[in-house]
Formats: sequence, C-alpha cells, structure tokens
Amino acid sequence: MNLLKNLSSTAKSNFFTYALIVGGYIVIQILSLTGGLTYSLQGLLIPVCAWIIMAISLTLTVGIMGDLSLGHAGFMSVGAFSGIIALISLEAVIPLVGLRVIIAMLTGALCAGFVGVLVGIPVLRLRGDYIAIVTLAFGEIIKNIFTCIYVGMDNAGLHFGFLLSSGISELNLGEGARAIVDGPQGLLNIPNKIVTFSMGFILILAALFIILNLVNSRAGRAIMALRDNRIAAESVGIPVTKYKLIAFAVSAALAGAAGTLFAMNFSTVVASQFNYLASIQVLVFVVLGGLKNFWGAIIAAVLLTVLPESLRFLDEYRLLIYGILLVLVMHGTYSNIIHKLLNFFRSLFPTPDKLEKQ
Amino acid sequence: MKKVIIMALVLLLAVTLVACTGAEPKAGGGAFKIGGTGPLTGGAAIYGNSVKQGAELAVAEINALEGIQLQLRYQDDEHNAEKAVNAYNALKDWKMQISLSSVTTTPGIATSKESFDDRMFGLTPSASSTAVTEGKDNIFQMCFADPNQGSASAQYISNNNLATKIAVIYKNDDAYSKGIYETFEITAKELALEIVSITTFTEDSQTDFSVQITDAQSKGADFIFLPMYYTPASLIFKQCDTIGYRPKFFGVDGMDGILTLEGFDIGLAEGVMLLTPFSADATDPLTKNFVTKYNEKYGEIPNQFAAGGYDSVYAIYKAILASDGDIAPTMGHAEICEKLIAIFNGNFVFDGVTGTGVSWDSNGQVSKDPKAVVIKNGEYVGM
Repeated sequence: MNLLKNLSSTAKSNFFTYALIVGGYIVIQILSLTGGLTYSLQGLLIPVCAWIIMAISLTLTVGIMGDLSLGHAGFMSVGAFSGIIALISLEAVIPLVGLRVIIAMLTGALCAGFVGVLVGIPVLRLRGDYIAIVTLAFGEIIKNIFTCIYVGMDNAGLHFGFLLSSGISELNLGEGARAIVDGPQGLLNIPNKIVTFSMGFILILAALFIILNLVNSRAGRAIMALRDNRIAAESVGIPVTKYKLIAFAVSAALAGAAGTLFAMNFSTVVASQFNYLASIQVLVFVVLGGLKNFWGAIIAAVLLTVLPESLRFLDEYRLLIYGILLVLVMHGTYSNIIHKLLNFFRSLFPTPDKLEKQ
Repeated sequence: MKKVIIMALVLLLAVTLVACTGAEPKAGGGAFKIGGTGPLTGGAAIYGNSVKQGAELAVAEINALEGIQLQLRYQDDEHNAEKAVNAYNALKDWKMQISLSSVTTTPGIATSKESFDDRMFGLTPSASSTAVTEGKDNIFQMCFADPNQGSASAQYISNNNLATKIAVIYKNDDAYSKGIYETFEITAKELALEIVSITTFTEDSQTDFSVQITDAQSKGADFIFLPMYYTPASLIFKQCDTIGYRPKFFGVDGMDGILTLEGFDIGLAEGVMLLTPFSADATDPLTKNFVTKYNEKYGEIPNQFAAGGYDSVYAIYKAILASDGDIAPTMGHAEICEKLIAIFNGNFVFDGVTGTGVSWDSNGQVSKDPKAVVIKNGEYVGM
C-alpha cells in the first residue's frame, strides 16, 4: 500500500484504468471458461471492445483537447472499410491470420489517421461550436462517399469503382471474382469470427498506452494548456495547430483501429451505420464518463452498450425504459447521494482533474 | 424527490442485472421455438410489426389445431446489422430452434451469416437481397430476391405496354432499392424499354423530391418506376400532385404498406401499380381466411409483409408435417436444420397466401409468380 501512496495521482489514475481493463478481461475469461456467458454477452464482447476504444479516443479530443467532435464515427468507418479491404486482399499473400489481423488494424488506423490529418487541418483552425458543426459535416461526407464506393477482387488484383449505376457488375471482375465493397450494401463477405476477445483486449491496452502516454507527455501538457487558456499558451510559444493536429490524428487513428475490429466481428457492415447518431452515442459515453476520465468513459461505454441488450426481456418497452434509465443516470450522477459515492471513489482513485488543481 | 429517483434507478439497474445474468430459459416443453428479428421500432417498424403479426396469427392458428405446437418470439433489431446480431444472440439464449432470420435486408445479411455458422435453419419472410442466401445452404427466402423483382417489373411493364417513356427514382444508399434498380436497368435495356430519366436520393435527402420530379417531367416521362419503401414514395406522390404532374407510378413490394401510412391522403395513391406476391382481395379460401382473421385481430388489412410472415411460419409447419414425425421439438437446432434443408431442397411444394406451388431452389431462392396490383378506391385490386 505504501507503494501506491508514493505514486503521483496521475499514475494512480492510470494504474486504475489499466487495472479496470485487465480485471474486466480476467472476469470475462473466467465467466467464459465456466460457461457463465450467455450468447448475448458473447456476441457483445468485441463490439464493446470497439466502443471502449472509440470512447477513450474521443475523450482525448473532447476532454483533453477540449474540442467537441461530432464526426468520430466517420473515422471508425474509414478504419472499417480500409482495414477490411486490406484483410481480404492480403488473404493469399499472408496466410497467417493473426498477422493479417494486425496488418488490417494498422491499415485501418493509418488510413483513418491520414483522413484525420486531412480533416484536422481546416477544422482545427476553427474554435468552439464551429468545430462541432464542421466535424459533423465531415462525418456525413465520409459516410456518403463510402456509400458510392465499389471494390471487388479477382485473380488480377483489386478493382475500384465510384458511383457505378449498374453496381458492382460494372467492375468487370474476372476469374476468382469476389465483391468486397458493394456501394450501399457496404462491406460484404467479411471473414468474421477471426478476431477474438483477447485481440480486442490487447487493442484496448495498446490504445490506452498510446493515449495515456501522449496525455502525460510534453505534447499532452501543451494540448491541455491550449485547452485551458489558448491565448496564454500561444503567448509562451506553443504552436496551436501542431499539437491539436497530433491529438486529433491520434484520436482518429485509434477510432480507425476500433472500426476495423468492429467490422471484423460482423459479416456485413454498411456505411450508413456510422452516421451522426453513432458519433453522438460515443459522445454520450464520454460525457457520462466525466469528460476527462478515461476509466469513466470505459465504464460508460460498457454500461451503455450492454444495457439496451439486457433490457430485451421488456419487449416493446425496451427503448422507452432505456431512455428513462439514461435520463436517470445522467441526473443521478449529478445528485447528492451519488455525488458523495463518486467522491468516495475519487478519493481512492484520483483523476488527472485533481492533479491539475493541485 | 431525488431519493425517489435514485431508488427507482437502483431498482431498475438491479432488475436489469438479474435479467442479464440469471433466468435460464426453460426447455421447449413440446413446442418448437421459432424466433426472428425485425425492426419493431424506428423508421422501418411497419415491416417488422407486420411480419410479426402475420407470424403470430399463423402460430395461433397452428396451435389451435392441437397438433404440432409452436412458440414464437420476435426481437427488435432497429433495422441495424449490429443490433440484429445482438437480437439473434438473445434468441439463441432463449433456445431458439428455427429462425425466421430478419425482416429487412442489411440485418438479414448479418444474421443469416450467424445462422449459417450456427447451423440454425433460417427462412426469411422478406429480406430480399441475394446476399442473404448466397453461399448459405440453410437460409431460404419466402420473398422474391431483389434481382427477380427488378427484372420481373421490367418484364411486366413491357408485356403489358404500360409505358413509353420511363423515369426511375431510386435510393442510392439503400441496398434494397439499388439492388432492384440494377437488374431493372439491365432487363429494361434488353426489352428496349426507353428510360429517359434516372435520378437518385439518399437517406438524408428523402424529404424533397422536386429535383427528381422536375427532371422526369421535363424529359416527358409518362411513367415513374419507384423501387423504394413507401415513406419516400408517399412524398413523391404528394409533390407530383402539387405541381399537377400525373404520370403512372409503378412500385415494388416496399410500396406495400402505403395505404396504412398514418397521415397519408390515400387518394394520392389512386392508380398506383405495384408488384407484389400478395393481394388482399384475392378470392381463394386461404387468402380470405387470412385477411378476415388478421383484420379481426389487428384491425387492419394485411400487407404482403404480414402475408410473408404468415406464410413463413406455415411453410415451416408444413415442412415439419412433411417429415412425418422425423422432426421433434426435443431435437437440437442443428439436427432440425439438416432435416429441414433436406425437405426444402426436396420435392416440398408449399401453397400459401403469397403464392401457390411455391418451391425453393438450392440457393434458397423462391420460385413463384409475382402478382401486380393496382390501388383503386383506397384498396389493392389484382390486375
């Protein structure tokens, strides 16, 4: 215990975040070994991993950088589409599944990060509400572009098409034809079930490692300084665009990796799934998690993904009750009793928040 | 007040957790457990609820015969592939033995893959994309596949000389609409039908059709083909009426349901033609019985989605009967699956409200004749 006391509060908070993830992983593994996992929960494991990564990466943009982004699901779809295209097209070259999954995730992350930089350059010159509106628009643009893309593969290689009026048949695929992206039908024939919960767990750890290290680095302090007082930060020579772009691109890249993970769990994914409602859902995770708390965002992501599913026994009243619960939870976290409870937990596990105040 | 809220909150969370972990479902108990997913809430809810009600009616009728007993459960998938897989998993927890797959296409593609991996027999009432059945030997469709709808529409228009100059408006970001349009275009070219205007819209732009309508009008189209769901179609009728443009309209099965759309002036749909496997005014005893009972139970005239749900349950029931006691409710889903596949791929012929002499090919696609109906005095009338 002495060891814990000697740690700085940031380290304690980080330690708790890691412990939460590892603990959750162990509990799930034990449950699955003892057969205590229902099919519902089994099916939710990988999507929950993906939503956790989405939540912590958006916490970086919204909580740490202080800019409201409403297009986060757009980056997820970039990752989903590019990652799956890589996964399928490399099937013949790299037979090793694990390696192919890693390459697919890296491709997804790189493509989403690249789009993040492209979007970030104009967007991050704006301030406040304008960023929210423009990111919202970018998310919708990305969605609409993916709706018009056609990708097929035959023995000669990949074929790309855009806005084909008679669909994928216009790609004139030769022998060994296989449709990968079919316009509005989205990604088809995804070899699903190749990712496991453990891979999702490792990806969460990697994402946490990247984000927490970034936040606690020189760049992270610069980003938080820009958030707290932009003018003061600029006056001491912190380059605004550079640091904001770093945070935004890292956040986008991790969302991309999450998108690849998410898509690999399903046999089909359509671009319209990643609409602004999905972005707002992630934002809800972040807000409920307390904006700057990574572990809060993780808990919120798990809770709000599992909750609507565990309410299925309510049949037609399900979404109604879910809505009421959401209001109560949001209300409850700001009322007295829960506040005291939260303060109690906070005294155990200090957040970066408190550190700043010290 | 706050205490009350918090108490309610804690109570609800506790209930949730209990429901989430415990409550192992009971075994079939002599009844086959049939499950399905469909949009019971949201924009496509009318389809999900229609299929569900049709299936419920069939189950009630079959159980009343006191022979084979069925249990039916529908789960909401919100017309979303991710939620559909969750709903399917929840049904697996309920120990579903036979699946009615999903009602709509995109969720259908996702759940049929799961069902294929699990060896769970699936018969979808209305998920019409070929991607639902492709490469999956245990998934069957009760409805026409999209390409068949597109080519059958073109064929029908050509055979009956319905049009000289055709305009098409379709939804570019929708697998169903695009799928039908693609084959319509190919067949229309073969039959030398003249398409003068092709315009599109998306989910985000389906409230204003003035551009598409003006394009069709200015190019002299006297016939508009609308491969889409009924909600955007209702707006197209309204907006055409407003500018006094009155071409003939032709829809596909998604148009069905327009007469029960709330707040829609059904006078606007007068003369609209649609291709559907089901018409509620047919005089055969099966359809009459179905329409009367459905109307008694739910207070509305069934559309073809309800008919599809009704027929799907009956097809499964007839297949179980055809097995001559070889399929029992005590069997696991994988065993039932193999036996049902053998029956559906065999000489099994089914007579239902969506067609007579219905059979299935080895791809799981259905073969039956499409019917065209026209809306007259606010009702579907066979053509």
